[in-house]
Amino acid sequence: MSLQEELQGPPPAKLVVDHVSKWFRQKRQNVHALDDVSLEVEEGEFIVIVGPSGCGKSTLLDIIAGLEKPDKGRVLADNQPVHGPGRHRLVMFQESALFPWLNTFGNVMFGLKLKPDLRNRERREVAKFFLRLVGLEKFMEANVHELSGGMKQRVALARALAPNPRVLLMDEPFAALDAMTREQLYGDIQQIWQKRRKTIIFVTHNVREAACLADRVVIMSPTPGRIREIFEVDLPRPRDFNSIEIARHASQLTAALKGYLAPEALSVE
Amino acid sequence: MRRTLLAVLFFVALVAIWAALVHAKIWSPVLLPSPRSVMDYLTSAARDGTLFSASGVTLRRLLVGYFIGLAIGLPLGLLTASLTFAEDTIGVLALGLQTLPSVCWVPLALLWFGQTEGAMLFVVIMGTVWSVVIATDTGVRTISPIFARAARTMGSGPFHRWIYVILPASLPHLISGMKQGWAFAWRSLMAAEIYVTILTGFGLGHLLHYGRELNAMDQVIGIMLVIVVIGLLADKILFSPWERFLHRRWGTGRT
Repeated sequence: MSLQEELQGPPPAKLVVDHVSKWFRQKRQNVHALDDVSLEVEEGEFIVIVGPSGCGKSTLLDIIAGLEKPDKGRVLADNQPVHGPGRHRLVMFQESALFPWLNTFGNVMFGLKLKPDLRNRERREVAKFFLRLVGLEKFMEANVHELSGGMKQRVALARALAPNPRVLLMDEPFAALDAMTREQLYGDIQQIWQKRRKTIIFVTHNVREAACLADRVVIMSPTPGRIREIFEVDLPRPRDFNSIEIARHASQLTAALKGYLAPEALSVE
Repeated sequence: MRRTLLAVLFFVALVAIWAALVHAKIWSPVLLPSPRSVMDYLTSAARDGTLFSASGVTLRRLLVGYFIGLAIGLPLGLLTASLTFAEDTIGVLALGLQTLPSVCWVPLALLWFGQTEGAMLFVVIMGTVWSVVIATDTGVRTISPIFARAARTMGSGPFHRWIYVILPASLPHLISGMKQGWAFAWRSLMAAEIYVTILTGFGLGHLLHYGRELNAMDQVIGIMLVIVVIGLLADKILFSPWERFLHRRWGTGRT
């Protein structure tokens, strides 16, 4: 693969979550984390999953990533069943999960070094390209502890984008950041998503964040984790986090979420 | 610069107090030799070569034993951290044996190996291995599981993950474990050299032992100084570069 092709990236993938159920066995009881969850994600779509804590949204993300195995059902990426983690579906975690023993550049190189069909010179070019994309080319040599929270998440984003995954899975990536930094990153992520054409699945409990980013918002409810409703957000991009339309969509989402928190959802198997 | 100056002043003051105590003649000079006589002994021992050959013999034993200890302890620690079976067996053994003072190995080594180089090596290795096992074990256990998860999603297989994630992530613990292992190795070797008289080489511990036998306090104190200095140098040469790297990368402590 030439460097140019590598930088352009492969087409985004279509994802199918097919009747997935998951239990966590614990000492005193089994927790029913996911109950018969099905979801189809189009190529290049931006899906946001919202729900209160314990609704299984992170578990669903882990299953799509291949980090967890479903007890029932399966996940298909481009019609291929997912059996384990793979670099076509990269995850960005809530804590940056950057490796403190490597500098910024080394972190972005980590995934690239695991791609066999590249020469080292090309790997370095790719890493620099993505650090430029997130605006951190001046911090290549910086150590992880020297970066601010927002910068860390940008590096984590560059690290996740560099091996050119077709799907980007984001697990509350901005939850630990301050409001200003977060709003800036909403702009950045929309821009990068449009430029890089990835299928993105983004997990959050912030409805406004969901309304701002998503093509479709998937609403989940807890115990057991179920998909309750799917909202389309049909607003032009780039969207402004503080606009009135976003606020209106957000309040609709909040109302829907509250509706699913009725006591009937409190059965534990 | 100011820090160096203060350190020098401190040690000069220590020697001055020592000299003053000798001068006051509270204790017999046989028990408390003057700094000058200790210096005299060291220069003469350096001149006739005994000091260097003894340091050489000791350091060789120490380094060989230490690195064998590391080579055994590191993988064992990885093992106990990752397999419950190893944790319940080797882990418990390591925990128990680590509390055993390394001098306790000397009688056993003497009976098993006799007055040989092997006995020395055995004592040093036993002094090193267990603390390295335990440090590696804690190091691996304290790693945030998110590192391994992140690496897995990027396509890192089990072996790659050990080398490029688990080991570097536990580096802070590994270094302190290796440092502790070094201190234990150094101690156990001195104990072994004092008790085991062998013909294959005359180490610093032997010089210390004979200094006592001959009532030559200048020799005893001189050799003790040499041992302290070697320990300090080893720390600076073997571990300081690593620790500086850790502080820079992890952002811990002062830089």
